[in-house]
Amino acid sequence: MSKPVLPYSKITLGYAAWWTLWLVAQIAFLKSSGFDFDTALTDACITQLVFAIAGYAINTSMHAYQPSPRNTVYVVGQTILIAVAAVWIQRFILLEWMGESALYAAFLEKSLMPRFVFGWLMIILIAVLTWFWVYVTDHAESEKRKDDATQLSREAELSRLRQQLQPHFLFNSLNSISALAGTQPEQARKMIQQLSDFLRGTLKKDDTTTVTLQEELHHLQLYLEIEKVRFGHRLNTVVHARDESTACRLPSLLLQPIVENAIKFGLYDTVGEISISLSARTENGMLVLEIQNPFDPATAVPRRGTGFGLSSVQRRLYLLYLRNDLLTTSQHDSLFTTTIKIPQPQ
Amino acid sequence: MIRVVLIDDEPLARTLVKEYLQSFPEFEIVAECGDGFEGVKAIAQHKPDLLFLDVQMPKINGFEMLELLETPPAVIFTTAFDDYALQAFERHAVDYLLKPFSQERFDKAIHKWKQQQHAVEKNTAALLENNSTPEERLRIVVKKGANIVILPIHTVHYVEAFDDYVKIHTATGFYLKKKTMTHYEQVLDPRQFVRVHRSYLMNLQELTRIEPAEKDNHLALLKSGAKLPLSQSGYQKLREVLGI
Repeated sequence: MSKPVLPYSKITLGYAAWWTLWLVAQIAFLKSSGFDFDTALTDACITQLVFAIAGYAINTSMHAYQPSPRNTVYVVGQTILIAVAAVWIQRFILLEWMGESALYAAFLEKSLMPRFVFGWLMIILIAVLTWFWVYVTDHAESEKRKDDATQLSREAELSRLRQQLQPHFLFNSLNSISALAGTQPEQARKMIQQLSDFLRGTLKKDDTTTVTLQEELHHLQLYLEIEKVRFGHRLNTVVHARDESTACRLPSLLLQPIVENAIKFGLYDTVGEISISLSARTENGMLVLEIQNPFDPATAVPRRGTGFGLSSVQRRLYLLYLRNDLLTTSQHDSLFTTTIKIPQPQ
Repeated sequence: MIRVVLIDDEPLARTLVKEYLQSFPEFEIVAECGDGFEGVKAIAQHKPDLLFLDVQMPKINGFEMLELLETPPAVIFTTAFDDYALQAFERHAVDYLLKPFSQERFDKAIHKWKQQQHAVEKNTAALLENNSTPEERLRIVVKKGANIVILPIHTVHYVEAFDDYVKIHTATGFYLKKKTMTHYEQVLDPRQFVRVHRSYLMNLQELTRIEPAEKDNHLALLKSGAKLPLSQSGYQKLREVLGI
């Protein structure tokens, strides 16, 4: 059950007070109509108690099943039924207890209609209040759920950003820009542009969208340009995509972490100039991407077979395609190759 | 003149330090290096008074490079945010500059160096003794004659205490390193390296047999044929790790 707007103890107390008020009013009315106090008290107690129970019944039933506005007619029917039943029960009990008095019995028969109208109005009032109550709490709950969902997706976006963007990359890029600003302001401006475009591209996509290889390569190019400015002539990149592959689709932002991984191992595992190559082709209805980077077999540590950058890619591919064989790595001489296959929709 | 060596693998990062240093004419840049190997050579050749040093660099990182020096000079680290580095720098380096940094911040670091010149050598030594980097779990960088050798951790058979040094035994012989046994016991993965004796830290993958020796003692036999004595507590620890 959702959290109530008011605590239940207060509601119960209020409900009792409400019926007590009518009880007192009824006693006063019966007394003024010439009945003695005992008769008035008994009648009022039975009447109001039965109505209170009837009210509770409609309340419970509406909590269990909230009717839509289209079903109003059923609710009205339900309230009439309950009111009739309540009056019938009152008549039965009161005749049983005080029927010997012919005067009272006649009064009771005559008062059945006003009793019914009073009870019906009460029950409708309770039904409306209940409906409103359920509506408000449900609404609050669904709002909260929506908030939670938004919050979750925002967190996912942030964690994706963190994944895409090693803070190391960002801060070093900014440092390069800072250096360029002094001597080559035009270059600095260009790099700011590239970094902004890259960041924007990273932010606006979500995990489930697919893009064409051409779009993905464009995004990757921004990243590579920045890395080339940072590392100067040490870093060479070769990107070769066969014509038929450029229209293939792949999950957005998939390549950048893999290339980043390749650059990191290439640059930090060797000294001197390195070349990172990326090739794309199609094979048996799959887009096949190969990323190669040099490494030093003598000092490379075995864990690099599934480096950190790659395990998150593997995870993502599994979530999207439910397959674990789409990412493979191989080492040959001093070349490390990462191969990715992306199934294409037929 | 105050002699300075710049070591950073990103050319633009060096450009920035050079530019900032222009406001201090008493400083002279005697060498610029793109990696730790060049750095070791340049430092041996020029004996600089001050180093500007990046941490993440090709092959060996800034810390590992410092460890290869007989008498490391004063160091100002220049680095992008690296969680592990921060606290270490705070205590022992002259200063650390988080990239990107401003001229004002740079000037502050220079002034700090000027103020504490006499104390820094001791500080750099302390920095090396008390700190470890994540790379150390994966490899040990040593010097053999003029060569710098990188030992992936799985090629290390065992580590042996040797006065103020440790001997790192591998298939190609042993290497000396000025570190303590306790240091390696703490840094290396305890599931792979077990302190079987006050003087020995053994790579479990190298173990072939445990045989009883005289009295209650035991010996560990390694694939290489080496025999390491096991202390009482070392034997217990070994049994725990192996689950016997």
